[in-house]
Amino acid sequence: MATVLKPQSVSPRLATLSRILDHPTVLSVIFMLPAASILLLFLTYPLGLGIWMGFTDVRIGRPGVFIGLENYISLWYDGVFWLSVFNTLLYTTVATVLKFGLGLWLALLLNHSLPFKAFIRAIVLLPYIIPTVLSAIAFWWIYDAQFSIISWSLERLGLIDRYIDFLGDPWNARWSLIAANVWRGIPFVAICLLAGLQTISPSLYEAAALDGANAWQRFRHVTVPMLMPILSIVLTFSVLFTFTDFQLIYAITRGGPMNATHLMATLAFQRAIPGGQLGEGAAIATAMIPFLVFATVFSYYGLQRRKWQQGAADD
Amino acid sequence: MAGVVVRDVEKAFGSVKVIHGINVDIADGEFVVLVGPSGCGKSTLLRMIAGLEEITSGSIWIGGRQVNNVPPKDRDVAMVFQNYALYPHMTVYDNMAFSLKLRKADKAVIDERVRKAAEILNLSDYLQRYPRQLSGGQRQRVAMGRAIVRDPQVFLFDEPLSNLDAKLRVQMRTEIKALHQRLKTTTIYVTHDQIEAMTMADRIVVMHDGVVEQIGTPLELYDRPANLFVAGFIGSPAMNFIAGTVSRNGSDAWVEAGQGVRLPLPADAPAEAGRQVIYGIRPEHLMLANGSDGVPARVEVVEPTGAETQVFVEMAGTQVTAVFTERHPFRSGERIALSPRLDCVHLFDAETGRHL
Repeated sequence: MATVLKPQSVSPRLATLSRILDHPTVLSVIFMLPAASILLLFLTYPLGLGIWMGFTDVRIGRPGVFIGLENYISLWYDGVFWLSVFNTLLYTTVATVLKFGLGLWLALLLNHSLPFKAFIRAIVLLPYIIPTVLSAIAFWWIYDAQFSIISWSLERLGLIDRYIDFLGDPWNARWSLIAANVWRGIPFVAICLLAGLQTISPSLYEAAALDGANAWQRFRHVTVPMLMPILSIVLTFSVLFTFTDFQLIYAITRGGPMNATHLMATLAFQRAIPGGQLGEGAAIATAMIPFLVFATVFSYYGLQRRKWQQGAADD
Repeated sequence: MAGVVVRDVEKAFGSVKVIHGINVDIADGEFVVLVGPSGCGKSTLLRMIAGLEEITSGSIWIGGRQVNNVPPKDRDVAMVFQNYALYPHMTVYDNMAFSLKLRKADKAVIDERVRKAAEILNLSDYLQRYPRQLSGGQRQRVAMGRAIVRDPQVFLFDEPLSNLDAKLRVQMRTEIKALHQRLKTTTIYVTHDQIEAMTMADRIVVMHDGVVEQIGTPLELYDRPANLFVAGFIGSPAMNFIAGTVSRNGSDAWVEAGQGVRLPLPADAPAEAGRQVIYGIRPEHLMLANGSDGVPARVEVVEPTGAETQVFVEMAGTQVTAVFTERHPFRSGERIALSPRLDCVHLFDAETGRHL
């Protein structure tokens, strides 16, 4: 029995509405709205406000006025600010290199069949699970001038006569903080790279072995290129996290001694909140943006899917 | 080029023994196929020859040299993997050149050999592509090219065609065989597909549960299977098996199967009366008989393929397949009579499964 489809008897207005709602562009805008508004409210607005505040002389308890680039000009002649830039770059570079070297090494170890593999993997994650402030306090004790377990052990071993002043000397303090950051950061790198290693087909290694590659050549020609995509993602995140680190520094040294361990993030906080100079703090924080954008753009190009990862398209 | 000798080889993974003493002699230039169902140990044996698995006991010789403790890279064997194992970050050219580069071969030599292999395999137009940009059959050829450029003593193939579609599989089968005829390199080829084994091999090694069931040329295995397993594994559609008891009356001999059905035997059949046997007959050796001459059967399903027609019948309580090249107008449920060709009947001991 053939049924004749009659035009539904709805009002033309409703029909227009339903046609508009069926449009993919309209639909996608509607569906994105909740997520977009959260982003706008909690990310874009604070970021915009921060940048604006950098151009004002706002203080705690007093609305500021627009002063143009004055904050930035005064920072330009501020030795402490430049010291914090230097510290941040040193901290990020050295810690990242160490985290990746040690993390890759650990991932390669864990990728082999070890006894108690699952247990060891769980232990590796431990530094990452502990709240940052908690581990910072632990490191504070480890580096304490009087109660340091490192100094105590080295003295007992007869290697030193006098306790090391870990946090009192500028360079000691810097290296101490880098060590703490590396300790905290390795699990993230190691677990990510381990995940990457496990996606590499074992038959590639077997094929390489039959092709005559020794262990180093297999690492160089199979592991490294296959790991590259995930390596660059992890590298980006690691650089961003390290560059903007705050908790560890603030809990262990608060930027001391003599601003020797102030990173840009801690200095911005120091000037803005305890110091009350919200405008100047915002300017310091804003000054981090070019560095972060550079790191992101750098990795964006580094991250671009390599030709061999792309689909079946012709050249 | 070189022969391969496998002597009393056993393999155990922990306490689980998967290969129980295997002996195979492969002559120089021979194309040998290891065939068997999944888990029979054929791939493990191949991997032991390649050096990717350790040998638990016994020894393997390649070209007169014992290789038990020789690492894979020094065995001078090339392997084609089931998943091809092409390096995804290298072009076709670099994939093929990789082993020669590692060996620090001269650039001109590498170029010449890669281009020659590419020409043989019809890959010349794809040398600058990445594996991702190739079809399954092309990737398969690159994997073969990678093996060819090395000019190894032995080629090892581990189920190389199982990821390809049916049509391509038939085509690649022919290509691999032609390649072997051209290069004459000793080849060991693993498959679970008996048709691949039959069509490609000089000799077939049938494996089952970690032991060798039979070694022989394809037609030897087909015509004279050593036991029930080989008889059932080689040939498609598979050989029919009907259980029964040997009976004799003067010069007449037959197998008394279920439901009073008598399956005829040649008078010189090597089995005394009263023996429990399995009666084996290949589908194409069942002829259509006239009326009461043959064994009664009831047609169940008819499957015409064009060239031939497969007829599934019920005979002596067992499902039996017959293949006819003529086109008979059978209908389901029809009663027909089939007569086995007496010279093609196989008898197996019901207990041991050995061919009698």
